[in-house]
Amino acid sequence: MSVSQTEFTRAMMDAGQPVPDGLIDHHAQPAGRRFNVYRNNVAVSLTEAMHSAFPVIAKLLGKQNMDGLAGIYLRQHPPSTPLMMFYGEDFPAFLEAMEQLKHLGYLGDVARLELALRRAYHAADAVPVAPEELGALAPDQLMNTRLTLAPAVDVLRSPWPIHAIWRYNTEDGAPKPELRAQDVLVTRPEFDPTPQVLPPAGAQWIRALIGGASIGEALEQAAAEDKSFDLGATLALLLQGGAITGLDSKG
Amino acid sequence: MLDAAAHDKLPAAPGVGYKPQHFAQITADPGAVKWLEIHAENYMGDGGRPLAQLRHLSERFAMSVHGVGLSIGGEGPLDADHLVRLKHLVGWLTPASFSEHLAWSTHDSHFYNDLLPLPYTDASLQRICDHIDELQSTIGRRMLLENPSSYLAFAESTWSEPEFLAEISRRTGCGLLLDVNNVFVSATNLNFSPQGYIEAFPLHEVDEIHLGGHDEDEDGHGRPLLIDSHGCAVVDPVWALLDFTLARSGPKPVLIEWDNDVPDWPVLEAEAARAATALERVPA
Repeated sequence: MSVSQTEFTRAMMDAGQPVPDGLIDHHAQPAGRRFNVYRNNVAVSLTEAMHSAFPVIAKLLGKQNMDGLAGIYLRQHPPSTPLMMFYGEDFPAFLEAMEQLKHLGYLGDVARLELALRRAYHAADAVPVAPEELGALAPDQLMNTRLTLAPAVDVLRSPWPIHAIWRYNTEDGAPKPELRAQDVLVTRPEFDPTPQVLPPAGAQWIRALIGGASIGEALEQAAAEDKSFDLGATLALLLQGGAITGLDSKG
Repeated sequence: MLDAAAHDKLPAAPGVGYKPQHFAQITADPGAVKWLEIHAENYMGDGGRPLAQLRHLSERFAMSVHGVGLSIGGEGPLDADHLVRLKHLVGWLTPASFSEHLAWSTHDSHFYNDLLPLPYTDASLQRICDHIDELQSTIGRRMLLENPSSYLAFAESTWSEPEFLAEISRRTGCGLLLDVNNVFVSATNLNFSPQGYIEAFPLHEVDEIHLGGHDEDEDGHGRPLLIDSHGCAVVDPVWALLDFTLARSGPKPVLIEWDNDVPDWPVLEAEAARAATALERVPA
């Protein structure tokens, strides 16, 4: 009467399944309720992991709703590695697919922002270049320069005010979000990830840089998206965030 | 400043499970705490504050790396990616100790974030020994294997837990980590004598002792069911079992584990101070 780990996990993740035969108490009687310790431990520990991974989503939904969603999510998407720091990568799409949450269309992108902040927290360290190095370049040299960005850098584009929603739920006295699209830059100046709102087409410019475009090539792409693209302001956000770690001006 | 060369072995003194919220107090005044333990999986990111704090602490304290995710008792092969991550962490940190659990947590490439129980049979013994051999040869050092908390038993088991652990240690050369709270929890849940368990345990292979808090519940028949929660103070009967153990084993490194509802630093340090008192009573 051996109990395989397949049988054990099936019964552990579905309380509707019977406790496997062969699990016993000290009177050699069926383990019964004792098996629930494992059911509870797994569900509680993964639910807690979801709460700490997505504190803003948990706040927006309330504890009870978050517990319920986490309970469904952890069964559909159990962790695929023991690195709990990265658990929840399918949660944004999961939230967007929930019929009952369709009226809260911003949840998925807010969850993506929380994921990006967590990834940035654990990203590799990198030494930023001094702003003077950029300042020393002649204008045409600057346009031909390619930038290496820090591993912590991420760019999110959303039709929702995700930065304002995030701030409103994490900062005392933050302004109430207004309905508008927001693109967000995530940087990690030292150890604390920082989300900042990007100016129009800033996201396009940074994504082009990440894709290998020179500053000038990326500028053309950004200007094609929005003629008012502000190169100076966007570059300043990268510099403030310690996001530029390498310059290549060889052309 | 302590001598870095003294950090290659855990001292027979109190340590605590490191929590980032205690960083400033630990670095200012660790009190009775002489060494620190971390969960390996929390330090497998690429950089940032967790690794910076760990580098800093390892200059000052002997460190123990305690894995909670390798699934040594898993029916499937060990996760090759995870072995590489462990090798990397142990390689750069060069901790005084590396330990893992007599348990499984991964099945069919799903990780369940809990320490799940094993039958004690010849077949499971062979598989566990193979996994420990693979781990020890990958990381290039001896590991310690920890006894679990049990809430139920397997009808198919043919070995007692102390004999099973002793045989694993004999075959693989691994050391053992004796969690005295786990002994107390399992003894209560499965109605055996915790002192008898300790007396049957190969104490000469024990290089570390764990203590932690547990919760009280009951099984379906109204009998006590203790749950290993690491969420409260160590209870008096577990302290008494520590004294019983140390009187037989001699002084050992003793760790306080407090992972949930983590208290303020003075509360955790006071638990370590109590362990220091217990150690002082033991003849060297």
